[in-house]
Amino acid sequence: MSVVPGSDAISQIISVVFYGVFIVFMFYGQRIQMYIMIREVEGSLYKLKYIKEEGRKIAIETIKEIGKPQTDPTARVDRYLEYFTITPQSMDPAGLVYKLDHILDVRDTRLKDEVKFMAPASDEIQVNNLENTLEAAMALNFIYKVVRHYYIQGKKTLSLYIIMQLQMILPLVMKEAEAYASALKAFAYGQPIGDGAGPLVVAKLMHGYETRKVPKDCVVATVPIEGRTAFIIKAEGPGGNVGKPGDAVKAVIAENEGKISSVIMIDAGLKLEGETVGEVAEGIGAAIGGPGVDQFKIEEAVVQYHIPIHAVIVKEDIGDAVSPMRKEIADSVDKVIERVKNVILERTKEGDKIIIVGVGNTIGIGQ
Amino acid sequence: MSDTSTPATTKISTYLLMIVLVVLALSIVALLLAVQVYLVGNEIVAGYLLVIGFIAMGMATYVLFQSRKRVASMKIEAPKVMTTVECRKCGVKSVREFQRGDFVFKELDACQKCDDKNLITAIYKEVKEKEKTYGV
Repeated sequence: MSVVPGSDAISQIISVVFYGVFIVFMFYGQRIQMYIMIREVEGSLYKLKYIKEEGRKIAIETIKEIGKPQTDPTARVDRYLEYFTITPQSMDPAGLVYKLDHILDVRDTRLKDEVKFMAPASDEIQVNNLENTLEAAMALNFIYKVVRHYYIQGKKTLSLYIIMQLQMILPLVMKEAEAYASALKAFAYGQPIGDGAGPLVVAKLMHGYETRKVPKDCVVATVPIEGRTAFIIKAEGPGGNVGKPGDAVKAVIAENEGKISSVIMIDAGLKLEGETVGEVAEGIGAAIGGPGVDQFKIEEAVVQYHIPIHAVIVKEDIGDAVSPMRKEIADSVDKVIERVKNVILERTKEGDKIIIVGVGNTIGIGQ
Repeated sequence: MSDTSTPATTKISTYLLMIVLVVLALSIVALLLAVQVYLVGNEIVAGYLLVIGFIAMGMATYVLFQSRKRVASMKIEAPKVMTTVECRKCGVKSVREFQRGDFVFKELDACQKCDDKNLITAIYKEVKEKEKTYGV
């Protein structure tokens, strides 16, 4: 007796299979879709685990190589990777920036001390580079743990929505993890990274001029440009360091009793898809990323003395920003200098005093 | 970075490999059956079996290659970083591979043409592949 209409056995089998598949998909479609997503997330999680383990291994090897520790630093590195920072309570936001600033200072000192313990033979530049290497490994460890958390939670609860959210943001998470992975080697070797576009530009402007230290971890040089006096600020290189440009700008403005006609900030800016790497753009405002403390301080200082603030950015994506500097970014330096000179000529008068700040990580860039 | 790999995370899953091998074996059986049925004289069934055999074999090989590709893509490749060394006086420029300790504006030994010191003027990586524009 034939189950479904059709002449031969083959077409009957195909029809039964078709109905079977239809019924299965009707009842279990969502579950099948979820299992496919879980598999996809699982694949990425394995990759993240691999990247994280490689990061840890590179950090340990670099510490052993540079720091020449007496004991095995592995346990200390593992402890370092688990460090966390608790941001200040924001229920009453008054004074929040300075609280955060204090917390970040304590964190920085604590992490630097840890690196010095782990790598006693390293000098200041190497301590900075090792700290950056460990921070990249720390970021990878954190990304892996968060993705694993949601993966396990999704599997435990069999919730399509947890898995779906994770699967949807996974390409961006993977891109960031891969960027940190390539940053690890750059930090370990002390190679300039894309984020160093700002310091590279100002280093070119200040090279050959005398520099002095300004708080915190920054240097300033007094350079004559187009008949104006420019105070050029950057984080002290060539170790991995972003300094505190907020404090440095405040200090230079205070030294000159607010008689500054313009502040020009140069930084690496996040590009949108479709834009070219190394493209230069100009704008207004404090071009500086990070937790916002330095931006706040700069804005506070320029508002107090009514100083106009200009920004020039070099466009790049997150991957370029933390991996070794691309040629396009290195080549854009002259274009940025040209733009900065245009701003100086158009927006200031001869004899004026200006501040030029190169914002970013100055790893592999001297002055 | 890419020299060594952790076996637990880079090898192909045994479960997946087992399924692929079973499908591969079944596809071979289907192909053999196709030949047998064709010799008996049932050409239509032989044709079906041939198609099933080839499709199964193709799918198994594809899955195997895809998982190998995934393992390969898991390796993190360190990009080649170059250092530009320049003499500010005579302008002689040379590009060499990055060495640990290099940094931009580091003074090196004296230039071969003049007495002035060589200077590192740039450190960068070159990205070969061009970004897709997606026609917009």
